[in-house]
Amino acid sequence: MTRQLPPALFSARCRACWLMLAMLVLVVASFYSLELQWAKFLSMEALGKMGRFVAELLHPSLEPAFLRKLGFATLETLAMSAVGTLLACIAGFLLALPAARTHAADRARGRGAARMLLNALRSIPELVWAALLLISAGLGPLAGTLALALHTTGVLGRLMAESLENTAEAPAFALRLRGAGPVQVLLYATLPQVLPQLLSYTLYRWENNIRAAAVLGVVGAGGLGEMLAFHLGLFQMPQTSSVLLAMLVLVALVDGLSSWSRRVMAR
Amino acid sequence: MPLTTRTPLADPAWTGRVFWSLTALVVLWPLLVLAEFKPWVLFSPESLKPTLRFLGDFVPPKVEPQFLLLVARETWRTVAMATAGIALAIVFGIPLALVSVRSLSQSALRGRMDRLPAVVRLMVRWVLIVLRSVPELIWALVFVRVVGLGPTAGVFAIALTYTGMLGKVYGDILESSDVQPTQALLRNGSGRLQAFAYALLPQSAAELTSYTVYRWECAIRSSAVLGFVGAGGLGQLMDGSMKMFSGSEVSTILLVFVALVAFADQVSAWLRKALA
Repeated sequence: MTRQLPPALFSARCRACWLMLAMLVLVVASFYSLELQWAKFLSMEALGKMGRFVAELLHPSLEPAFLRKLGFATLETLAMSAVGTLLACIAGFLLALPAARTHAADRARGRGAARMLLNALRSIPELVWAALLLISAGLGPLAGTLALALHTTGVLGRLMAESLENTAEAPAFALRLRGAGPVQVLLYATLPQVLPQLLSYTLYRWENNIRAAAVLGVVGAGGLGEMLAFHLGLFQMPQTSSVLLAMLVLVALVDGLSSWSRRVMAR
Repeated sequence: MPLTTRTPLADPAWTGRVFWSLTALVVLWPLLVLAEFKPWVLFSPESLKPTLRFLGDFVPPKVEPQFLLLVARETWRTVAMATAGIALAIVFGIPLALVSVRSLSQSALRGRMDRLPAVVRLMVRWVLIVLRSVPELIWALVFVRVVGLGPTAGVFAIALTYTGMLGKVYGDILESSDVQPTQALLRNGSGRLQAFAYALLPQSAAELTSYTVYRWECAIRSSAVLGFVGAGGLGQLMDGSMKMFSGSEVSTILLVFVALVAFADQVSAWLRKALA
């Protein structure tokens, strides 16, 4: 009976092995260079603090006046996300038009520039946009709304450009052959094909944006996050706890609704 | 019917279109009010002037060697925070995922899963969902109060949120793979870890690694943001520069940030292809 040796754990010819090794080195270097305060994080003092924090969180404030404020902030969060997504949907579509090359003869002059703009918008997170916009829009939900709109424009614009490029060409070709202008081709050939997809992208981003809008406020851009930062800063634990609960409930509701609707649609 | 009375260019869906547009406006109006959507505020002189000054300061980005060195250090810290956080998340996420996977249940082989394992699996799943649904920024905000400013809070914030994400998705991936090999091993008396290593893992290893790499990329993006609540990294540097209205510093950091995100994007795409 011949016994096979188990495969070697590391072989110089195996690319995945080298990659794993590189990642391991990266992880070790990260832990080494960060000088994490494990001791401080896991010390009795810190754990006690955490315990007290959690205990305080278990007693949310339920004053009617505060709850009304909380409800208003929740509505504000929802409104920020909805308006931001709507703006982004419009702006993203307008930017996706030059960013997509829909047929072979399309010169698409603005393609590079539009793609670069979309990439730049997309690679800066909402929170950074919000912090930047505070200077011109001031504290409050306007900065948050615009921040969501800017980042989402980048994301949606790219997705929309991609789906515009991936449409079946025949209907557009047929119209173009009969002398229809680009606007007519877009309205009667391309758009009817991609509209459901664009809509689903937009709804998906709206879901993401509700979650983002809830935390965006910690830099002062309105909504639930602003309340959280305010009350946590003053160490008003009962209020903080209510805000956190409201956030969790909002996120859970959105998650549940989206997975439920996806199940219903898939049926 | 005489042809002349027909209006050939009438849109048959006209009334519907008008109705839905009006409804949209009615719904949109309170939203705009709630979001305090007054874009003209942006162009009022008292906000336009500082904005223009700030933006004008952007143009030569600050490239003093000392500042660049600082930016480089914080960039590395951002990457390191994400990497360490993800490493911790993998360490915590894998066992939790293994506990939650239903196809590794021994009692379920007989038909129904026993009461206790079923309850434990459900509980673990709920814990993972809760961990995942609290944004890392909130964890960071809380941890900064406990351990003070610095990367420790950021690393643990990322570790907690991503434990939830990785644990839940690992569980989902493992459960969606074929159960036949696992059950064959379990029925022939192998342990659950053996069944995992020889039946479940080979089926879904590629998907698991590619998801992990993708999450690492996401973690880099979020670790850059965590600095805004004081958890170290590029975000904290940017927060400081922003508070001093120093446009040239902010523009350098933004450029580095965009480059970092693009770089992580590329590396992750390449890694996923190489490991698949």
